[in-house]
Amino acid sequence: MCGFLLFVLALVMLMSSVVGSQRLPIRGSLCALFGKSNCALSAEERAILLDIRWPRILLAGAVGMCLATAGAAYQALLRNPLAEPYLLGVSNGAAVGTMTALVFFSASEWNRPVLAFAGAAAATMVVYRLGRGRTGATPERLILAGVIVTTFLSSAIVFITTVMDATRIRSFTFWLLGDLSGTSASLLTVAFIAAAIGVVAMVINARSLNLMMLGERDAFDLGVEVARVRLIVFAAASLLVGASVASSGSVGYVGLVVPHLVRLSFGSDNRLVIPAAALAGATFVIVADMLARTIIAPRELPVGAITALIGAPLFIYLLKR
Amino acid sequence: MNYELRQAVVDVSLRAEPGEVVAIIGPNGAGKSTLLRTLNGTLMPTSGAVLLDEKPIQSYARRTIARRIAVVAQEADFRFPVTVFEFVLGGRYAWSNSRVWGWESGRDVEIAHNVLNETELVGFESRLMNELSGGERQRAVLARALATEAKVLLLDEPTANLDLAHQATMLRLVRARCDTRKTAAVVVTHDVNLAAEFSDRVMLLKDGRVIKTGSPHEVLTPELLRSVFDLQVLVDAHPISGAPRITPVHRQG
Repeated sequence: MCGFLLFVLALVMLMSSVVGSQRLPIRGSLCALFGKSNCALSAEERAILLDIRWPRILLAGAVGMCLATAGAAYQALLRNPLAEPYLLGVSNGAAVGTMTALVFFSASEWNRPVLAFAGAAAATMVVYRLGRGRTGATPERLILAGVIVTTFLSSAIVFITTVMDATRIRSFTFWLLGDLSGTSASLLTVAFIAAAIGVVAMVINARSLNLMMLGERDAFDLGVEVARVRLIVFAAASLLVGASVASSGSVGYVGLVVPHLVRLSFGSDNRLVIPAAALAGATFVIVADMLARTIIAPRELPVGAITALIGAPLFIYLLKR
Repeated sequence: MNYELRQAVVDVSLRAEPGEVVAIIGPNGAGKSTLLRTLNGTLMPTSGAVLLDEKPIQSYARRTIARRIAVVAQEADFRFPVTVFEFVLGGRYAWSNSRVWGWESGRDVEIAHNVLNETELVGFESRLMNELSGGERQRAVLARALATEAKVLLLDEPTANLDLAHQATMLRLVRARCDTRKTAAVVVTHDVNLAAEFSDRVMLLKDGRVIKTGSPHEVLTPELLRSVFDLQVLVDAHPISGAPRITPVHRQG
């Protein structure tokens, strides 16, 4: 099954690298992607492929991997099919962290992901505490807590934007909705390292999450170190969300759509759901980004607009069920 | 619920022997569930100790405790679709050797099949937990607890919300496990008649204190039950088993 997902991912990556405002020849592109120099590509085509499209595709893949894995883990840990980094306000926490780094610190590319991680972790803790309440957590209560944190952090974002100079504001509103165009080698590296650490941490705890998904006290009775697993999963999820937001803004609903589709075909065992969600998430965001830059080419949409267009109706369906 | 704020249970001494079923009965708020939660180390007693094989329970790792003490409680929710077999395999968690990924061994699968057989759930393996009837689901919860192969079973109102036939089935299965595998069971229940029928000893609790512990015949007397439940009861013998049979007498007019 995971082999099939890998195959689809590879296919989508190839397709995405030839489709765009300028079409590239498939055979020449494939040849260039394998590192050969004497391909049937003009210098301009080669530059589009290797310097513009390919880094963007890799970033889209890393972001999708991060967000889908984080979503699957949040859902299992919080026993809530509606939990998702964007809806819980965790993405906004990371966005506030990133913007703080951009505006108040020298915007060195390395402190962006660090502050994004801190923001995501802080938002996670606040939402978790608010959502628990005295009578225990219900899915709706948790989502309400997410709405509160999201709106609060949105006003913090507005505040930071106003102290920013006017020329940067437009690019930031774009970034807030998820923008994969502004990548750099170091951000790409951070995103991939975070994705690797996060996915491995989730897979290690997948069996514990299987039990926690059905009730925390039962899991404790069966021998799960509940508090330790919760801490690791929250930290790993914050890392995943922080890295993806620092490099591409808040791409919403990936963590909702992808794990849901994966569970439909794989069942609920997190040992399968988490790695499958990582692969499917990468595929999903690459496809969404391909749509975002081709629908109204040569202009482009923020990728978050595409994912929300697919995700919001699914959210309504899950809520109504 | 905040247990630390009140002293729910005082002066309780309970010893469960292999093969023995102990029923804990008492009015709401008597501290029955708190006592049960203390027995597996979920709650720590402010004074006194819970001993597992003569050693204090907090000296064991959670996994070790989980291999020796299993709990049946009405906790699980099934918002995610989980099959009966996956659910029961969860009982093998504490036995897994590899910490990474942790796939079940062939032995785990074999044990899961055995307990499904034991709880009369053969054929239900690939059914989803949230599609089962209340009685079937509660049997699956029991099956998961049995899959741990623990020598001590703690059951918190295992028959709540079940119809007459399923109530008896649950306790019959617990009784059978205790008899065949020398397992000790502590059952918190509101059903005094089931307690009388299936247990070897009964502990009567009120306001966190033990009123009496002993055989069903010694404990389930009209005088003691009236003093604890504040209700007039009639006790005679069950026509078949001879166990005490308790009938509440409601005030007339």
